[in-house]
Amino acid sequence: MRNQFAEAIVERSANHDMVFLTGDLGFMALESVQEALGSRFVNAGVAEQNMISVAAGLSYTGLDVWAYSIAPFCYARPFEQIRNDIALHNLPVTLVGNGGGYGYGVMGPTHHAIEDYGVLCTLPNMKVCVPVFDEDLGGAVQWIKSDKSPSYLRLGRGEKPDGYTPPAFAPWRQLCAGQGPVIVAVGPLAGGYLDRVQNLPEHERPNLWAACVLPIKRALPPRVFVEQLGASTKLIVAEEHVQTGGFGADLLMWLTSEHIGVQDFVHMFAQSHSYDAYGSQTYLRQKSGLDAQTLMQHLTDT
Amino acid sequence: MTTLDKFSLMPVSSPVSLPVSRQTKLMAKRRLLQMHYEAGVGHIGGNLSSLDALLVLLNEFVTPGDELILSKGHSAGALYVALWSCGRLTEESLKSFHQDATLLAGHPPAGRIDGIPFATGSLGHGTSLAAGIALGARFQSTGNQVFCVTSDGEWQEGSTWEALIFACHHKLKNLKIFVDHNELQGFGDTTSVASMAPLAARIEGFNAHVSEIDGHDLEALRTAANLECDTVHVIIMNTVKGSGVSFMENQMKWHYLPLNDDQYEAAMLELEAP
Repeated sequence: MRNQFAEAIVERSANHDMVFLTGDLGFMALESVQEALGSRFVNAGVAEQNMISVAAGLSYTGLDVWAYSIAPFCYARPFEQIRNDIALHNLPVTLVGNGGGYGYGVMGPTHHAIEDYGVLCTLPNMKVCVPVFDEDLGGAVQWIKSDKSPSYLRLGRGEKPDGYTPPAFAPWRQLCAGQGPVIVAVGPLAGGYLDRVQNLPEHERPNLWAACVLPIKRALPPRVFVEQLGASTKLIVAEEHVQTGGFGADLLMWLTSEHIGVQDFVHMFAQSHSYDAYGSQTYLRQKSGLDAQTLMQHLTDT
Repeated sequence: MTTLDKFSLMPVSSPVSLPVSRQTKLMAKRRLLQMHYEAGVGHIGGNLSSLDALLVLLNEFVTPGDELILSKGHSAGALYVALWSCGRLTEESLKSFHQDATLLAGHPPAGRIDGIPFATGSLGHGTSLAAGIALGARFQSTGNQVFCVTSDGEWQEGSTWEALIFACHHKLKNLKIFVDHNELQGFGDTTSVASMAPLAARIEGFNAHVSEIDGHDLEALRTAANLECDTVHVIIMNTVKGSGVSFMENQMKWHYLPLNDDQYEAAMLELEAP
């Protein structure tokens, strides 16, 4: 998604008074942004706390500010700077975290971001976008800047079936329909699941939804989703994020507040920051039970 | 007659016009002590060490478009009084200091008061914020200046050095950082807790322009604030914690303690104009 993100930023920079900060990252990805922005592309060095507060200061002067790093370096290291300097002042800085979830795979848990949006959604005014497909980035950038509040953009690796054309970016999208359970997958997981379920017979095929916006109050579930829940016995939520503070918890809270019952709720989530061995994102998803094979088992379990 | 009524017989002068004088300093110190006494709160020592700089900067240097960041947010009282001294806060608002439903909290508040761009209080944020504003001003060619007042203990925060590196690298000549070097911090003196001495030399090592001045000398403050440099200017202000009140000076306990009735009376007597 980095390349598509860079394209979206370059396009936006033509019409906006933009500053792009990076924490010394972006090789083979952000060169086009650097070229487009010139002196407004600022490598803030390996100093993320300073980068975030500088971003707040720049935003205070009215500039359109983006701050980019590997995801945990972007939200975990400078958390207090995000809280005090950006969120508390409702400044429309966008934090861009690359490699969300287990995206950095075998690089290890210091580089993983499986509590990122849960932590950030505890902050005032913060909104989060987790694009599903590479094609989402233009729409995601527009959505993020649709109001003047702080935001976090979690970049991952777009996954979709061969030859598939994703629907246009939207906070909630139904990727396939059937008579099976209702699934909501957050971010790129949805594209990977689609490949596995779209050709199932209709009576087995789930209603697969891709969600990409948090907290849920920022984009409530569409009516048709609620109707499908009423006709189904099972809701499965999958997210590459720890259980606490994630999309699943937020969705359940909303459903409860709306008096919408769910007979059988399955939550697929990032089970651990570390396992007995390191491995790729695919390996870690399997260890967490986030892989498509495990999803298939949940679909058929009674 | 209540204690408060008693001391209201020694009225605080009304806000002054430029420039800051010795009488302004005395008036502001008295109003600061009154405010803290009435609210029953401490942090007085560090307020008194930074008050003179805040008075000079806000009365004489911070013009529309410029910004001042109080990075040592625990000196909020001095900031409020300095803003009051130049007519940017009302007498009525000062009376709400530290009370319920106030905007004048124990640390500068977020986004609600003109002249206070950022809420501070957690040390090590202000210099980066100021650097961001200064860089934003450069990008937009506004010509605006940014002033930042830090404590000296605050330079134990790594983020402050991150900010210095950034500001020096970008040669932010529209940024002036005033360090309240009173040599006392929360639970000891700065050289015994985690020494950075000589602080000026270390900051200079990052290619900042560094000045050392008496932070209670109005003319020295003016000269430093006026100095044009080709990069960020860091002014080490040698100050006295509790400056102007003999029994408070250089005493760590006045980082914390509120004034009792006798102490308040004694302090106000010391601060009467001759």
